[in-house]
Formats: sequence, C-alpha cells, structure tokens
Amino acid sequence: MSAVIEEHHHDGHHHGPDKGIMRWVFTTNHKDIGTLYLWFSFLMFLTGGVLALGIRAELFQPGLQIIQPEIFNQLTTMHGLIMVFGAVMPAFVGLANWLIPMMIGAPDMALPRMNNYSFWILPFAFGMLLSTFFMEGGAPNYGWTFYAPLSTDYAPPSVTFFIFAVHMMGISSIMGSINVVVTILNMRAPGMTLMKMPLFVWTWFITAYLLIAVMPVLAGVVTMMLMDIHFGPAFFNAGGGGDPVLFQHVFWFFGHPEVYIMILPAFGVVSAIIPTFARKRLFGYDSMVYATASIAFLSFIVWAHHMFTVGIPLAGELYFMYATMLIAVPTGVKVFNWVATMWQGAMTFETPMLFAIAFVILFTIGGLSGLMLAIVPADFQYHDTYFVVAHFHYVLVPGSVFSIMAAVYYWIPKWTGNMYDETLGKTHFWLSFIGVNVTFFPQHFIGLAGMPRRIPDYALQFADWNMVSSCGAFLFGFSQLLFLFIVIKCIRGGKKATDQVWEGAHGLEWTIPSPAPYHTFTTPPTSMKEAHG
Amino acid sequence: MSGKTEASKTIRQLIFVVVGMFGFGFAMVPLYDVLCDVTGFNGKTAGKYTAKEVQDVREDRLVTIQFLASNNANMPWEFRPKVRTMKVHPGKLNTVEFYARNITGETMVAQAVPSVTPFHAAEFLHKTECFCFEQQQLEAREDLDMPLRFIIDSQIPEAVKTVTLSYTLYDVTEQFGLATN
Repeated sequence: MSAVIEEHHHDGHHHGPDKGIMRWVFTTNHKDIGTLYLWFSFLMFLTGGVLALGIRAELFQPGLQIIQPEIFNQLTTMHGLIMVFGAVMPAFVGLANWLIPMMIGAPDMALPRMNNYSFWILPFAFGMLLSTFFMEGGAPNYGWTFYAPLSTDYAPPSVTFFIFAVHMMGISSIMGSINVVVTILNMRAPGMTLMKMPLFVWTWFITAYLLIAVMPVLAGVVTMMLMDIHFGPAFFNAGGGGDPVLFQHVFWFFGHPEVYIMILPAFGVVSAIIPTFARKRLFGYDSMVYATASIAFLSFIVWAHHMFTVGIPLAGELYFMYATMLIAVPTGVKVFNWVATMWQGAMTFETPMLFAIAFVILFTIGGLSGLMLAIVPADFQYHDTYFVVAHFHYVLVPGSVFSIMAAVYYWIPKWTGNMYDETLGKTHFWLSFIGVNVTFFPQHFIGLAGMPRRIPDYALQFADWNMVSSCGAFLFGFSQLLFLFIVIKCIRGGKKATDQVWEGAHGLEWTIPSPAPYHTFTTPPTSMKEAHG
Repeated sequence: MSGKTEASKTIRQLIFVVVGMFGFGFAMVPLYDVLCDVTGFNGKTAGKYTAKEVQDVREDRLVTIQFLASNNANMPWEFRPKVRTMKVHPGKLNTVEFYARNITGETMVAQAVPSVTPFHAAEFLHKTECFCFEQQQLEAREDLDMPLRFIIDSQIPEAVKTVTLSYTLYDVTEQFGLATN
C-alpha cells in the first residue's frame, strides 16, 4: 500500500509521507488513516469469516461433528462482535476518513492527532478480545447481545477483558465521530452549504451523531455489568433487587441505533454510485437527506421490538410495532429514489454498480423480512429462529458489506491511480452474489420451520437447507480471497485511471488527480458546481 | 474554515453530549424502576401496602389466584406454595403460606422475587405482608412456613378472572452474607 502513494507524491510541491513502518504509526494524514482502517477492517472481516465458516461447518449436518457446544457458543458470539465492531464499523470509518475531506474540499480531518489515536486503539481492543480464546473458560459465549445474567453470573472469567475491549472500541468510535462532525461543520470549502454536500457526507454526519449518542450508553451498560460482576450492586440480578430485563432495555437503546449506524453510510455510498453509472442526477436529493434524518430519529424510539417476547404490556407492544413499521416509510423513500435514479438512465454495469444494484434489491428483501418481524403476533413465532438470522444477515451482508465492496471498487482508482481488473471484479461480484443468497435465503425457510438460532445441533428436518446454506457460506467466504487478490493487484499496477475515473462521476473528489496526492485541497476549491451529482 | 474557536466549541458540545448520554445510561436504572413501580410493567408488585381506606368486599366477584414457586438456577432449597390455587373476593384480606426448606448442610440466605401475570393486574395486587419483603436465612436443613397476606383491589378490571403470582427464589448468600446475630 505504501508504494502507491509514495510513487506519486514527488509530482506535487507538498512534502510526502515518512518512510517505513513509523509512517503508519505516527501518521495524522486522513488518507493514511483511512487506509489503515480499511485494511484493519478487512483483516477482521476475514477473522470473523473464519469463525462463521466454523459455525457453518458444524451445521453442515445434524449431530455434533467438529465443534463442541461450548466452543460453538464462543464462535457465534465472537463472529457477531468482530463483524459488527471490527469489520463493518471500521470499514465505514475508513471510507469516511478517505472521502469526507476530499468531498467537502478540506485539507484533512479537523483533529488529525485524535484521528491517529482513534485508529490505533482498535488493534489493541481486538487483540484483547481475541486473546480471550486462549483464556481459562474460553472466549465470550453469551451471544453478541451479551444479555445479563448470561454475561454476568454465568459468564466465563474472560468477560472482564471483553468489557474493557468494548470500552476501547467505544472510545475509538466516539473520537472518530467527534472528528467527523467537527470536520463537516467547520471545514467545508466556501460555497459548500449543508444541502450541497454529497449524500455520503450527509449520511456519515448523521451516523456520527448516532454514534456520539449511543456509544456512551453501551459504555454505561458494560460498566454496569463490570460492577455487577466484581462489586455486586446487582443492576441486573433479580435476587439483589435488580432486573435482567433492564439490561435488555439499556442494551437495545444502544443496539437499535447501532444497526442504523451500520447501514446509513451504506445508503450514502449507494447514493453516490447509482447516479454515476445511471448517468443521471440523484433523484430526490432533499428527500434523501430528510429520510436519513427520519430514520436516525426513529431508531431511538423502537428499541423494544427486539424484546417483544420478554413480556411487555399490550400498549407497549402495539406502540413499538407501529413505530417500527413507520421506519419502512423513509426507507421506502430511499429505495424509490434509487430506482427512480436508474429509471431511463444510460446505465452501464461496472463492478461498483453491480454491487450497488444488488444492495438495493437484497437490502430491500432484508427490510421486508424486518417488517414481518415487526408484527408482534408473528414475532412470537419468529423470535430467536433462523428467520431472524436470515433477516439481519440480509441487511448486513448484501447490505452493509456489499456497499463497502461497492465503495472500494468505485473509489479504488482514485486511491491507487490504477483501474482494478474489471473481469475479476465482476467474477468476484457474481460469486459473492450467488454465495450470499445460497447461504442466507434457505435460512428463511428453516427459520419459519422453527429452527432456533445459536444451536450447534438440530432436528433432522432442517438438514437439507442447512447443507445448502453451508455450501453457500464456503463459496461466499472463499470468494473474498479473490477480492483481496483484486485489491492487491490494483495497488501494484493496472490501467492508469483518469482524474474523473468514471464517465458519469461528479463531485470534488473527482476533480483532483488520480491517485489522490498525499495532500489535497490545501487551498479550498472555488467552484462548487461539481459538489454532488 | 471558520477557525479554531468554532471547532473547539463544537468539540465541547459533543463531549457534553457524550458525558450526558453516559449518564443517561445509568439514569435508565432508576427511571425503569419508577416506571415499573408506577405502572406495574413487567409484573412487578409494589412494596408493603398500607390501606388508605377500607375497601368494600366485592362478594359478587370471585378472582382465581394461582401461586407458583420456582428456584433460580442452582438454588437447592425446597420451595413451594402450600396452596396452589384459591378463589378470593376482591377487597378481602387473604392469607396463604409458602414452604421453604434448606436441604443443604450449610446456612444460606435467600431472596424471593415476585412477578404477576397478567402484568396490568400487578397494581391491583396489594401485599400487606410478604416473605419477599426481606431476605430469609435458614440454617442447615431448617424449614419454615412463610406467610403472605394480600388483598386483591376491588377496582380490579372485570376482564381479569385469573391472576398468577409467581415467586423465584435466589441464593444471595455470597452477595449479602449471613446475618450476624
């Protein structure tokens, strides 16, 4: 990676990056930090993916073959934690670092030193989390939602390391978000008004606010766990006057905005890519902004739909059901706008566009199964089955993860100065697309048939679809090695990219040379006509 | 760029939000308790009841009340209601007993935690005396009949025909320690 940027910085008059490893340790450059985030998240994506393949290997057939239930629980828990906090979130922060300053015409992020800290906390946090695999009692085994008292009274001793790892991730996210908000509010080039910002900037702006609001709540809930485990104030212990259901309320008050934290930037990415390859302006820019803000607001008032079956009063169930369904309205506005953008466009189907279109279709499927889950009486049937697993993997894998891949293909020519290999890119897309659907679509069926989630063994009638699902998972998993190969190949060389890269691309980042010089917009750009497509 | 002061003002505001939300997480604990006490959400029953006025006994109505007793996780005690179900007139004071026996060879302390189903009946179940108001300490193999005196409020909605009162018994020996004599 370092070779790429170094090769070209001699062209400019600005000083280039330092040499060697210390460049990456001490860097305060938004592009370097963006690169670090993206590589880190890819490493975590593979780590979490290996755990997932362990799960799918065990579920290939009924019965216990390779993994004992104790280990299985650790795999599901760590897979969830690593994918959420280690893969998806850092990938979006990486994209934010690379793109936001270039999109708003700023020379760098507002707080470069803090930016360095917020990245370098992460390897330590995840090193600590992964080290729990080697501890007595094993890694966290209470699910990524770590419901008390599973995560307090019945947790392995490593839970304390888990808690501190979560604290560190939280601090990293909060610092990163403060940086994003301050950058967007204070460093926009003259003429770049809020309503001229590209949608990726808008969605990240709103995401950053969500993070700032809910990561402290997560920190609070793990702190209460820490106290319960070591000092006994019994926040979540009914015997001591606490309440385990309280844990779920506090957790999901964080947890529901968290799921939008993982999807809003994806909306921004797709809103950038579709207009480029449809060669039309984005349909309904203003409504996109308002829809994003509405989704963010609604995310704070629907958390108990994760807890319909714990026992909440009828009035509460009705309220949370209708409020949840309301989210389909702004989300529907977005899907409509993307489709309307493509309508009668001069479309071409390069790899980023393929991923973006797959995002729109498959995310919508995930959204619709979410609507089904929102129906209280139906949820009592679906709750904690594979239907839920299918639902959230549809919004997270062909949702968030596809949007990240789309973003990498879309902007990598700008980052490296080289075009990626289009044939390989399309191959990667089709393998991933088939793999994802073969993995997760059958999970709808076995979920509706009643297979519970988080179990290492299952009744015989679920065997066929589980086998199909496992085959899909291995196909999807190994396809990602092709992605790694494509990215490395692109970094090392390839057809030179033009400044605009894509014929239909609009925005400030396409006005600077490819690859983007180490320092960009040291003097603010003057023309805003290219601000957004 | 609007200068350093503008940025530091934004940072200060955001840090204020962070600290505030961390506090809000903890504030949810008492808020939740208050909400549950007021509304009876979650089937939580209120503490010791002192009658504000003598209630009319609704001789015309009978409500079935069922008693459940269960042990939490590794709690080894024998624990059961002496009467499983009874029919009571709203407004009338009733007494039942629960039986507990420490089957282990060691002195232990237990706490019973009540829950009422349906939830909206919780606020109409008044307990004037309950073993759940305090911890119970039993020596090795000691047993005890524990009293519960309650009134079903005469205002209880007509739709409620059956109320289930469930107790879960927790071992709190380690958490709170034995009482010193």
